[in-house]
Amino acid sequence: MKIWVAFENNKKPLIIVGAGTCGRAAGAMETWAKAEETLKELKIDAEFMEVGCIGPCYLEPLIDIKIPGKPRLSYSNVSPSKVENILREIFEEDKIPERDFVGTFGDHDGLKKFWDHPMLAKQERIVLRNCGIIDPNSIDHYLARDGYIALEYALAHEPEEVLEIVKSSGIRGRGGAGFPTGLKWGFCRDAPGDRKYMICNADEGDPGAFMNRSLIEGDPHAVLEGLVIAAYTIGASKGYIYIRAEYPLAIERLENAIEQMMETGLIGENILGSGFDFDVTIKKGAGAFVCGEETALMGSIEGKRGMPRSRPPFPAQSGLWGKPTTINNVETLGTIATIVRKGSDWYSNIGTENTSGTKTFSLVGRVRRTGLIEVPMGMSLREIIFDIGGGLFRNFKAVQTGGPSGGCLSEEFLDIQIDYETLAQAGSIMGSGGLIVLDDNTCVVDLAKYFLNFTQSESCGKCVPCRVGTRQLWEILERITTGQADIEDLNKLEKLGTSIKRSALCGLGQTAPNPALSTLKYFRDEYLAHILENRCPAAVCSELVEFRVIADKCTGCQSCVKVCPTDAITGPRSEPHNIDESLCIKCRACYEACRFDAIAGDAIVITSGTVT
Amino acid sequence: MTGTAVTLDLDGFTGIRSDLIPILQHAQDSLGYITEEAVRQISQKIRITENEIYGVATFYAQFRFEPPGEHHIQVCMGTACHVKGGQQLSVSLEYQLDAKMGETTLDGKYDLEQVACLGCCALAPVVKIDETIHSQLTVLKLRKVFDEDEES
Ligand SMILES: Cc1cc2nc3c(=O)[nH]c(=O)nc-3n(C[C@H](O)[C@H](O)[C@H](O)COP(=O)(O)O)c2cc1C
Ligand code: FES
Repeated sequence: MKIWVAFENNKKPLIIVGAGTCGRAAGAMETWAKAEETLKELKIDAEFMEVGCIGPCYLEPLIDIKIPGKPRLSYSNVSPSKVENILREIFEEDKIPERDFVGTFGDHDGLKKFWDHPMLAKQERIVLRNCGIIDPNSIDHYLARDGYIALEYALAHEPEEVLEIVKSSGIRGRGGAGFPTGLKWGFCRDAPGDRKYMICNADEGDPGAFMNRSLIEGDPHAVLEGLVIAAYTIGASKGYIYIRAEYPLAIERLENAIEQMMETGLIGENILGSGFDFDVTIKKGAGAFVCGEETALMGSIEGKRGMPRSRPPFPAQSGLWGKPTTINNVETLGTIATIVRKGSDWYSNIGTENTSGTKTFSLVGRVRRTGLIEVPMGMSLREIIFDIGGGLFRNFKAVQTGGPSGGCLSEEFLDIQIDYETLAQAGSIMGSGGLIVLDDNTCVVDLAKYFLNFTQSESCGKCVPCRVGTRQLWEILERITTGQADIEDLNKLEKLGTSIKRSALCGLGQTAPNPALSTLKYFRDEYLAHILENRCPAAVCSELVEFRVIADKCTGCQSCVKVCPTDAITGPRSEPHNIDESLCIKCRACYEACRFDAIAGDAIVITSGTVT
Repeated sequence: MTGTAVTLDLDGFTGIRSDLIPILQHAQDSLGYITEEAVRQISQKIRITENEIYGVATFYAQFRFEPPGEHHIQVCMGTACHVKGGQQLSVSLEYQLDAKMGETTLDGKYDLEQVACLGCCALAPVVKIDETIHSQLTVLKLRKVFDEDEES
């Protein structure tokens, strides 16, 4: 608590660095070092604080500067060279530099507000309420923001009462399937057995989604508080967090947070004097997508190959080591404490009738503003992509939801309201929250092939429809994208896809055909162009595209000649260059050079089928 | 980060079956890869057959059975990176380093690995070299990263 008050009323200048994985990838640590150096030169004694991702990753590195008695100023895209200028202007000249200024927190005359930024204005932050605001390494910060009040409340009440709150809040599992969380807990609570397990699924297998990583990195205690409340409600004394090894920073944050909980008596024996015992172990995944599936995940915790098994029996009856087990996604658990604290009515009033609450999405792909967002259920895809995401640089083609289990939705679906049922009716799924925006430079057939390549290589091999079927689907798509398919292949694709959906053992196989089936349904023309005209309309499929120099535009600058790794481009200076197709590996280096080099004339084009 | 120890220290583990994956992870962290000797040691510690250990270890993409290169390169093959040109990064890297994904360069300097997603999708496409993630890459930007590395 003291630490938070000190933070709110800081005596020394405070520099707040967005240092989640995305901030770091954008160079936050270099900017931090440069800021320290600059402040030293200015002889200013400042403190630094690290926060998780606040959402608009495309603005990273984000740095905030808070001088005692003055508003907290947030700056975006702060490279090391920029941070020096910003700090000098603020500290030497007592100015508020306008360039790269995103906004301020709180109300300050004449200054724009951070939360009014177009990417943030329409969001509703419940799960992400602390992300980017508090120091994730400090339990005091979490406590100061009403942390562990819900746990205290829960432990002072009967598990049935907590269960009732969760049930009537209407929250559904955020891991993909949307199963009502209260029901799931109830089954496990009612299952006979004195030993039960509570698992947090932090495997985040959808490639292209990072909601769970961001939440754990930015507010680990929120997830842990939810986990302990869940364990108390179902009657579990042992918990596991299964987290993918690709998230080292998130693992570190969890380890640190658990240690702080032990010191504070929030985990371990006799939690907060209630008599309830619970301890938790972190299990690192080892790089298998199927281990996100609950039964495979439990196999993996037991030290076996992560193979799904058929259900029933469900984990609530027979899970980890055959004992009743509940497994929930990170985001589900991250919401629980706020629900318990604010009440089920409050929560169920947010969202739609069938799906209450908010959902986080990782908004990525070919959209202007990429990052992590949280919106009430029922918001339209159009609002998300165009109002929050700021639209695209090129023409909208589709949005992919639900990862390898999901589908692609075309423009006609932009106005549907996001919830589990509507997305499913439209031919995709909610999934865990990946939203990948595609423009006319993305090939949906290539994307379907990409997903099938992913699922066939991640198939655990236990059941034939998945092991052999996904491989065959991929082969058909490979034929189409290389111009070797005939029209009959489309029927095969549909038939095979439909039969795999019906017969596969687990969710991986049952949903693997979706990316192919949904693109075939909404973008049949593109499939036909590949098959009938040997043409990839988006000019993506490498076998069907050609890199060419438009002679009239070429200034003969030799930029492309210099970057071509295979010496495929020739031409004397000041004369149009020539690409030898037989040597070209289609790596795009020449195309980039021609776009970015000032004297080049945008002369290199990637075309497919048509001669322009 | 990895690969300096010669023998495996298993004192921190009790030897129950569910320790298998953590022990394998520990082995890879300290030895750089899963050695035959390590498998023998683990088999004695947990009292399961070496075959069974290989059965589990080969199921998971994380484990390798060959010595690693000096630097570890992970090219993200996640969806966001894919639609932002990750494929071209991997084509051009393979050509530049003269090794395929999953291989180590002949001089032992680099390992090339494809990973499903590094969680930096908003800054796609990304490549991780040792502990550093390079984001919003283009073929030419990535090449510069390597050229600078060669010079230093
Ligand atoms: C192939 C496959 C992969 C999955 N991957 C994940 C995952 O990465 N994270 C997750 O929370 N759930 C994943 N699930 C769903 C889990 O099986 C399970 O339903 C979920 O963790 C339950 O949590 P919830 O009720 O809070 O949503 C996956 C399911 C399948 C079939
Ligand atoms: S898709 Fe590449 S980091 Fe997620």
